[in-house]
Amino acid sequence: MTKPLQRPKRKDPLKKTRVPLLPQGVRSRTALGLTSAAAEGRFQLQVCSDCGTVVYPPRAACPRCLSARLPFKDVANGGTLLAETTIRTSTDVYFRERMPWRIGTVALDAGPSIVAHLHGDLREGERARLQLKIDKSGQAIAMALPQSDTPNMADDPQWRELTCDPKFRRVLITDGRTAVGQALAEAVSEAGASVVLVGVADPWKPFPGEERLRKIERVEIVALDLTDTISVNECAGEFAARVDILINTAEYVRTGGIIDRKGLTVAREELEMRYFGLTRLAQAFGPVLRARGADGVNSAAAFVNLLSVYALVNWPAYGAFSATEAACLSAAQSLRAELRQGGVKVVNAFFGPLETEWYQAVPPPKVAPAALARAVVRALQQGLEDVFVGDIAEDIRARLAVDPKALERELGS
Amino acid sequence: MSTRQPYDGIVIAAPVTIPYRRYSTNTAHWWVGRAVREVVQRAGLRSADVDGLSLSSFTVGPDTAIGLTQHLGLSPRWLDHVPLGGASGVVALRRAARAVQCGDAEFVVCVAGDTNQVDSFRRMLSTFSRFAQDAVYPYGSGGPNASFALIARNYMKRYGATREDFGKICVAQRANALSFPHALMKKPLTIEEYMSARAISDPIHLFDCVMPCAGAEAFLVCREDVAKGQGLPAARLLATIERHNAFPDDPIQYRGGWAMDVPELYAMAGVTTDDVDFVQTYDDYPVICMMQMEDLGFCAKGEGPDFVRSHTLTADGSFPHNTSGGQLSVGQAGAAGGFLGMVEAVRQVTGTALGAAVPDAAIGLVSGFGMVTYDRGLASGAALLAGGRA
Repeated sequence: MTKPLQRPKRKDPLKKTRVPLLPQGVRSRTALGLTSAAAEGRFQLQVCSDCGTVVYPPRAACPRCLSARLPFKDVANGGTLLAETTIRTSTDVYFRERMPWRIGTVALDAGPSIVAHLHGDLREGERARLQLKIDKSGQAIAMALPQSDTPNMADDPQWRELTCDPKFRRVLITDGRTAVGQALAEAVSEAGASVVLVGVADPWKPFPGEERLRKIERVEIVALDLTDTISVNECAGEFAARVDILINTAEYVRTGGIIDRKGLTVAREELEMRYFGLTRLAQAFGPVLRARGADGVNSAAAFVNLLSVYALVNWPAYGAFSATEAACLSAAQSLRAELRQGGVKVVNAFFGPLETEWYQAVPPPKVAPAALARAVVRALQQGLEDVFVGDIAEDIRARLAVDPKALERELGS
Repeated sequence: MSTRQPYDGIVIAAPVTIPYRRYSTNTAHWWVGRAVREVVQRAGLRSADVDGLSLSSFTVGPDTAIGLTQHLGLSPRWLDHVPLGGASGVVALRRAARAVQCGDAEFVVCVAGDTNQVDSFRRMLSTFSRFAQDAVYPYGSGGPNASFALIARNYMKRYGATREDFGKICVAQRANALSFPHALMKKPLTIEEYMSARAISDPIHLFDCVMPCAGAEAFLVCREDVAKGQGLPAARLLATIERHNAFPDDPIQYRGGWAMDVPELYAMAGVTTDDVDFVQTYDDYPVICMMQMEDLGFCAKGEGPDFVRSHTLTADGSFPHNTSGGQLSVGQAGAAGGFLGMVEAVRQVTGTALGAAVPDAAIGLVSGFGMVTYDRGLASGAALLAGGRA
């Protein structure tokens, strides 16, 4: 049974912060197919289109029929742990300071044997569930879990190494004036965050939901104006070393395409809040997050972006907004590569139209702020990199995968 | 299956070991060059007489065998590169034997050599194979210790082998090594010391592991009449087998490619296991030795533990095994580890053992195993050698 995690003690400020090390992140191009699946929490392996053989490790040819048609597909993840070992000596510096480390051979019901990391509650001979996860290097690995959930299973050290669980971590929510920001404050507090800092620009100005927000356990309101570099830098100066998870809830939603906006005022405000706001946060908090990726139980773990799913393909009814979201997505991709050096994940949550005033004229289905908040917390607990929240977001994701050009026409008509 | 031609008239001579060192500042080329020179001198040849070269090395990169021809000033008309690790010795021999038999070359020097610099082992592990890079090294980076721990664990559970059984193999090999001048490990090993050694990757403990080192091994393959003319003691090649990626559907390895081909090995040689006076198995880990005892026909599958319990495994006892101490006691000089048993077997059957001699050794069996690119050793091979009396 997993030993419950203990709340970390206050860190001795004179103690050296452990330098974040990464496991080997080099993969063949084919193996990166696993990384795409792991990013979204799917269990996918190559499946031969000609003979149906499930293939692992990733290959360029089917070992049964030599076919080159080996797409990654969802595969049943059940198996049996045939043998396990506890590694006590490693040549790799990352694992060396995390010894002992358990791995095992899982015979997958679907066919191949997979060498996987083992959850502490899984024993040799038992049935196992395999999941693909993203490790600190940003690449996919397989982790074997017990068949059914066990008490405190999220506290297992090898599992926690792969997730960004808010439990005992300190979270900064950058904009508490939004319904989503407030829902997230509640959700991460419930998930066991030890401190929930909630940024509010001009906190002396009252705002809807304020009273409720202040009542949430462990919430602390801090002054933070994402459109003001000095404000962001001051907030980082005071809190950056105590932020393990940063969730950017800045919103700027206005209707209209590029021509109809008339002038640049709104576009500037939009970019100021979203793109430059993200940039300010990244520059002020990024370096400290990146340096604290291996800082114990409450190491820096994630930078979360909430992005409209129309960052992926423009929706002309909200055309200028979509363009700004696309800029934020592109920045997030760069940020992902930059923060990976510290073992810190960038989580992108793509959502469809929200159940808020700015999407008033949009017909349902819409995403409730609480549902988006739950999805973000789940992504952190599961260590996901990309999540699609709500029916519209999943629909856009599916249609993009089939035909991006067709989707462009459909959204524009 | 078509009938294979025998290896009539083919011999192995001039067995050479360049004494191992734990770490070396020299390159693999240096070790290979010394071994080739030693073979040439031992055989009474000039470099120019060497018209065939077979090279096995992990650390000679970016060169391959062709680069070594210019490096060593050789102009062979037959050239081979055998990157098969622990199976290199057997595979190099069987290819060289055919080349000589068919007249493609007259004197083939088979050489395996590797250097061991302080960081070479770690660097080799992470880039050993594409599967290792994608699907093994990111899992704790335990190297072969972890891969063989899983195989050993499964084998123990399935067939009731114990750590004491593995310990017996290691202790007997150490006893054999005490008289072998080139062994790096010269301290006697007791079963108590074996059992109380620190765990490396359970159930693998310290004395189950080979010590990576630098060194080289080599031998000459030529016709029997040519060896006689040169006055060289030589071992005749009776039979060989080779198999790669056998039993790919076994979910975890408990047998090797020998099990597919071993009847043919003995049939071709016209001998049975009873005629074999000693066995050199590939001993990267003792569980693999036990697997070879089974798969090479000395006992049935699953009887390895009992077989080990009922023999001394020492050079002077019942079932002489890894008579120079094997890699577990001599050290693992990279690909030369795949030549160690071959070179030792040639010495034993020609009555030129450097250490403990197996009494009346006429026929010896050499087995090779290697290349864990993912979860199991892929390459396997075996050869039966005979001395003058067989």
